[in-house]
Amino acid sequence: MIRIQTETVDPAALLAEFSRGRTDCGAVVSFTGLARASTDAEVVSVLELDAYPGFTEAAIEALATQARERFAVRDLTVVHRFGPIAPGEAIVFVAAAAEHRRAAFQAADFLMDKLKTEAPFWKKETGPDGARWIEPRAPDYEDAARWSPNR
Amino acid sequence: MALKVLLMGRLRDLAGWRERDLEPTPASLSALREQLEREDEALGAALRGEGVQAAINRALTRGDPPLASGDEIAFMPPMSGG
Repeated sequence: MIRIQTETVDPAALLAEFSRGRTDCGAVVSFTGLARASTDAEVVSVLELDAYPGFTEAAIEALATQARERFAVRDLTVVHRFGPIAPGEAIVFVAAAAEHRRAAFQAADFLMDKLKTEAPFWKKETGPDGARWIEPRAPDYEDAARWSPNR
Repeated sequence: MALKVLLMGRLRDLAGWRERDLEPTPASLSALREQLEREDEALGAALRGEGVQAAINRALTRGDPPLASGDEIAFMPPMSGG
């Protein structure tokens, strides 16, 4: 399941739903990303993610397809929030189910690295000094490059 | 039907709008950019900026395709990721 939503994300409920009734998988790995109260020592009071409904989900679906092709996973889910998000709230929930744990860990790791650099979101941080639009940071690109074939 | 134009991210703040209907429909993507630039020079310059992509009906496009009434055009600055 790939979904974007403006409503709050409940990682515990999503994980319970994702894990329910799986008798064919020995491993479920999940990741929850939270909004930080600061970035590079800059205070962030509100994070706002702009998305393009329809286009954004299709791009995430394409990343999930890459993960399915690379790793022996049975199922994947991505729930991504957009709109204004307060510090401490969940931005993203990713889960992978697989017969064995390695594929589930790797697929979740891969998906997060790809989401951080390639997902069509536009991020604006508002703090005491005003608002700024953010682009991926160098470490994000380095993380994503780990999955390139020539590395 | 009109043409629907969407702006994403910082383009939205720069222009002061997110979504607009345009009628009549400009003949091509470049004609649309020129029309927007005549109304708002700063937006026009931003649309020609590095890394700004356009999607027609939610598919990324290159070059200067023709536009049709009812099309949805989105201008997107470099994506920041999730």
